[in-house]
Amino acid sequence: MISAPDVVAFTREEELEDDLYREPPLPEEYSVPLFPFAGQGANPWAKVAGSKFTRDFILISEFSEQVGPQPLLTIPDDAKVSGTFDLNYFSLRIMSVDYQASFVGHPPGSAYPKLNFVEDSKVVLGDSKEGAFAYVHHLTLYDLEARGFVRPFCMAYISADEHKIMQQFQELSSEFSKASECLKTGNRKAFASELEKKLKDLDYTRTVLHNETELQKKANDKGYYTTQAIEKANELASVEKSIIEHQDLLKQIRSYPYRKLKESEFHPYEPECALDRADVGGDQDPAASDPSEPGETHLYTHVPSYTPKLIKAKSAKCFDKKLKTLEELCDVYFFTQTLDQLHHIERTFRGDVCYLLTEQISRALLKQQSVTNFLFEDVSFLEEKPPEKQYRGCQGLGQDAIDEKCSEDSLAPKVVISLGSYKSSVECVPIKMEQEMEDSEEPKMSESVMSEHQENLDYLDADIKGSISSGESIEVLGTEKSGSGLTKSESQASLPVIPSPQVGRSKVGSRRTVSEDSIEVLSTCPSESLIPEDFKASYPSAINEEPYVDDNEGGLRFAPRLNPDVDDGQDDISKQESLVQVDAACCIGKESPNFLEPLAELGQKPCEEDGVVRIPPQPYRPAEQGLRGGFPSHDGISGGLLPYELDSRYLTGSRELSKSSLDECSDSMSYISSAASTCSDRTPSPAHLACQAGERHKKRAGQNALRFIRQYPFAHPAIYSLLSGRTLVVLGEDEAMVKKLVTALSIFVPNCGVYAKPVKHWVTSPLHLVDFQKWKLIGLQRTVSPAGVTALHALSRYSRYLSILDADSKTLRCPLYKGTVVARLADHRTQIKRGSTYYMHVQSILTQLCSKAFLFTFCHHLHLPISEREPEESVVNRRINFLKLQLGLANEDIKIVQYLAELLKLHYIQEPGQGRHPLLRFDYVPSFLYKI
Amino acid sequence: KSSVQTIGEEQIQNPYTELLVLKGHQDIVRFLVQIDDCRFASAGDDGIVFLWNAQTGEKLFELHGHTQKITAIAPFSSSDVTEEKTHLIITASADRTVIIWDCTSGRQVQKVSCFHSTVKCLTVLQRLNVWLSGGSDLCVWNRKLDLLCKTSHLTDAGLSALVELPKNCVAAAVGRELIIFRLSASSNGSEGWNVLEVKRLVDHQDNISSLVSVNDLTFVTGSHVGELIVWDALDWTKQASECSFWDSSVHPDVQPEIKLSQSPNETSVQHLTSDEECVFAAVGKGIYVYNLQMKRVIACQRTAHDSSVLHIEKLPNRQLISCSEDGSVRIWELREKQQLPAEPVPTGFFNMWGFGRANKQANQAAKKMQENTPTYFLDLVGDLIGHSSAVQMFLYFGELGLATCSADHLIILWKDGERESSLRSLTLFKKLAQNGDL
Repeated sequence: MISAPDVVAFTREEELEDDLYREPPLPEEYSVPLFPFAGQGANPWAKVAGSKFTRDFILISEFSEQVGPQPLLTIPDDAKVSGTFDLNYFSLRIMSVDYQASFVGHPPGSAYPKLNFVEDSKVVLGDSKEGAFAYVHHLTLYDLEARGFVRPFCMAYISADEHKIMQQFQELSSEFSKASECLKTGNRKAFASELEKKLKDLDYTRTVLHNETELQKKANDKGYYTTQAIEKANELASVEKSIIEHQDLLKQIRSYPYRKLKESEFHPYEPECALDRADVGGDQDPAASDPSEPGETHLYTHVPSYTPKLIKAKSAKCFDKKLKTLEELCDVYFFTQTLDQLHHIERTFRGDVCYLLTEQISRALLKQQSVTNFLFEDVSFLEEKPPEKQYRGCQGLGQDAIDEKCSEDSLAPKVVISLGSYKSSVECVPIKMEQEMEDSEEPKMSESVMSEHQENLDYLDADIKGSISSGESIEVLGTEKSGSGLTKSESQASLPVIPSPQVGRSKVGSRRTVSEDSIEVLSTCPSESLIPEDFKASYPSAINEEPYVDDNEGGLRFAPRLNPDVDDGQDDISKQESLVQVDAACCIGKESPNFLEPLAELGQKPCEEDGVVRIPPQPYRPAEQGLRGGFPSHDGISGGLLPYELDSRYLTGSRELSKSSLDECSDSMSYISSAASTCSDRTPSPAHLACQAGERHKKRAGQNALRFIRQYPFAHPAIYSLLSGRTLVVLGEDEAMVKKLVTALSIFVPNCGVYAKPVKHWVTSPLHLVDFQKWKLIGLQRTVSPAGVTALHALSRYSRYLSILDADSKTLRCPLYKGTVVARLADHRTQIKRGSTYYMHVQSILTQLCSKAFLFTFCHHLHLPISEREPEESVVNRRINFLKLQLGLANEDIKIVQYLAELLKLHYIQEPGQGRHPLLRFDYVPSFLYKI
Repeated sequence: KSSVQTIGEEQIQNPYTELLVLKGHQDIVRFLVQIDDCRFASAGDDGIVFLWNAQTGEKLFELHGHTQKITAIAPFSSSDVTEEKTHLIITASADRTVIIWDCTSGRQVQKVSCFHSTVKCLTVLQRLNVWLSGGSDLCVWNRKLDLLCKTSHLTDAGLSALVELPKNCVAAAVGRELIIFRLSASSNGSEGWNVLEVKRLVDHQDNISSLVSVNDLTFVTGSHVGELIVWDALDWTKQASECSFWDSSVHPDVQPEIKLSQSPNETSVQHLTSDEECVFAAVGKGIYVYNLQMKRVIACQRTAHDSSVLHIEKLPNRQLISCSEDGSVRIWELREKQQLPAEPVPTGFFNMWGFGRANKQANQAAKKMQENTPTYFLDLVGDLIGHSSAVQMFLYFGELGLATCSADHLIILWKDGERESSLRSLTLFKKLAQNGDL
């Protein structure tokens, strides 16, 4: 764990004041409860003043062709959540910013109606009257009975915290895209089957009509047609036309461009869903679009037999019929999948933005440390489940799914900056920039792009109110600055570049630009950020340039001050590009896979100045000062890596926290000092459900560990044993006590692989050598039975591999420890009172150790001779010197780092296919008996 | 109180700081045999033969074919000039079969099951390109598993040991007798061989338990009652013998505490090994170093282990490794005792003291027994504790480490942690370079 989000609020007092200036002098929520829903768990910092709902929720609305915009459902489906918030009104708002780029009808030059596969549009919208800010995701579903075959829908994530929406834009976008994709997949399926039915109807109608005509023909031998006959013939002709049209539609819907699925933008929704889609997709791949293909028939074989109906010549009036519900439109299965996804989104983004951000940052950093993170972190979540958010709210990282994909397939990000695109963007800029310049008093767009990246990085300082142009969606701007209106085609090229500088430049002052008419679209974004093929083709060079750009990016992002000129300034333009790319990523979220690309980091020599900065994301030795403050993990972050973190917005954001974590309050664990936390009941918002249990476990483990280090004076050698890979056996009669001790100590156990920690909580059988290989921390039952005697005998036999903590007699038998690291790790006089805080403190120190181990492991000349003739001794000397002088390790601390380095090596050289042979390393060192 | 020397937990000279446990066997593992530089085979009572990589501990092959426990195993490398070198192993089992395995493919090459009794020992005569199996009789085979010739029925108990001697001779231990056989090409055919009994040596009082060839001129036998006889390999005459060197009672100087109780098991010569100068004998719980030139025991450790020593091996660096039924492996170093000014010394046959410097009593004893010839002692430099049951055998792989097999069904690879660590670094940087990250 790199950061300590729960301490942020306490360490930012000066910013609190700053914040207060902006707000009314005494917020009224101090005096009276604002509304009944604040109820329990509300605290004075809750930012409820403006909003009429208790916490974030998701709203699905439709622009019904019959009744206009209407809300369909909210998630969570709880009246309390939306409170007095006017959903109808807000539906109107969010639907009104939609644009329909979808064109269904007869395009010129085409005989039949064309389905457009419209990309979703994503906008951010603010409503200052309602105190609501929303991420709005518009999508279009097909309905044969609807006007133009389309039904516009939108999903909105509504929050009172504008920062949250802005900073989590990418995450929201990707998550909602998944939901939307799921809906649309189901919809396509449903639409296709609807078409099939309609075709059968038409076919039947045609047959009937045909028969009638024939009958008439036979009956009529006069040689001329009656009007009736002509009518029938016309009807027949129109039915035939309709059949052709519908066939064409069916063909279109089936030939849905599944190439999209292969692109990195696409997120397989859920395994089941993917399966289902595979089924659908199989039929709809281009080859199968030919109706005669067997694959196609296969798809619809499972459609239950359908009795065709006769279709009347004139369709019913549109108001007569009932429109299909969303569920009907999308196939029940996909609909429930979508709801699941939306619930998941709701859970993911629940809580304060500050927490979300720190969580994301630490996770992103963790992910970066692909070489070391397995040691002390629970990396299962990094691997199994694509983490929902990845830091890109602030830094514009790619979406997780994409990250994964990119690292796996090393796909080039789709939108990359090439010189050409940059230029074209500059050309486009003035249209909008004039507005911006007035606000932010920046002279020129081009300059701003070139202006110090510091600012770009600090863009988060800005109150992002500035309108942001987008490609595919029309931007609805704040009223004063709604000057521009780039059409889709114009802005496409410039799209990746433009927004960022603006974001970077728009200053806090712009908050006041909130317009009175209370609707502002804060930013719009290109929907799927899918670029038409022809556009992509025009940037081939961009793809080649990508790694370079990313390289810069890494440096910029992490060491803006330390290392400003990352590239040797060979050309300014490329530098600008890279800057632009950073920012572009912020807003548009064109992913930069390299950020999470482990090997790229490894590539750099860790000892190089540059590399050092980039590789270990922690500051080099922040622990000393960190400890004094008691919140080292926080210091760890602010030590120069993430300058924006000092920003005040954390505080403003945190006001909302208790409100948003309403749910968590109830089940939050009790802390030993409740006094210390007025608003400290803010349990972390659940990043995912799975994490919740882990969170609780961490808290408990931290609490137990705190108790352990306070109770046992010999905690240090015990912890040293664990850190140096010597198995610690906790011996005791009472299972609960032993397990508690094991839980406490488990936070110090380095992982050997990505699997579960090598901890065995309770064993009753005698231990064997193999156990020490497998487990590094074992709880052992002490019994008086013969079996117990054997167990004790085995302990004494294998005593050289073991440290034995006797929980009953409170003794410890283990090697001596004289180092300093553990003293910092486990200070029995620590002021830390809460388990989770202590856990983070431990994690931060362990992370430092990891970085040292990393440096030690990956310094070439520490392990291999520089020249051929260099004797082994000098390498050994160099190694020892490095450990002692460079890494500042003393005595036994060296062994810790050596052990961690050994684990790193094993982890790195392990071939993915073959399982590792577990090996046991040990030292022949004397043990001592410690007593209380 | 145990009189076994202990070393404690601080073992500076012990290089083995890393271990790998190789699991696979389901019963006692009795044999380890080296195939080439980095492979070895293990076999035991479960009848399965495993091939292992000595460096990585990787299990290479699992050879199934025997239905009962394996009684003998021998490596058999083909030395055909025309072909590339193939590594074979021969295994004999209590199911009265012998199987030849190909170590490269892990396949059974051939199987013979025409034995009347269990084959207890196997010897390969590379020079003659034949191999011998010893059970109740002695058979000579060529590589194609044709039976070339055999002796008449020798004993019901079976041959306990076989050793190759110069001049196409082999020595076979049959009970308390030592029989010398000579192989000769038969006069009538080129492929035919005859095996002739040349001499029967009946000097041992009890069953011969170990037989080892020292060099072209000498071989040594040991018996259950602790007799050690040095033989001339050419004319099969007794060069020297040592019959009761386990008996401390003949020595008035030796402290009574270290006097052994004289059970037969405690005096049995379990294993013999040798280098050019000395023969190292595992006798009961002790280890004895017999100098061939001086014709006397120059150093010993009467109670080297808590129970019988099962196997000993001399390492190139004057070190000696022993393993025992007590489940431990110990590393000894043969050190020369600092010579003190000469004193009148009793010219006893036995001038040894069993204990290292750590033992006060032994030191006191030592002082009394100064002599003018260089004196040696066995110093314990390390012990390896890992097995939970008797360590049957071990295989020294030099730099790669040490493989031990035990009755607890495990094989443990002991490795030099420092070396492994630097090897891993090397691999790491190779992999980095491979990935283009360097």
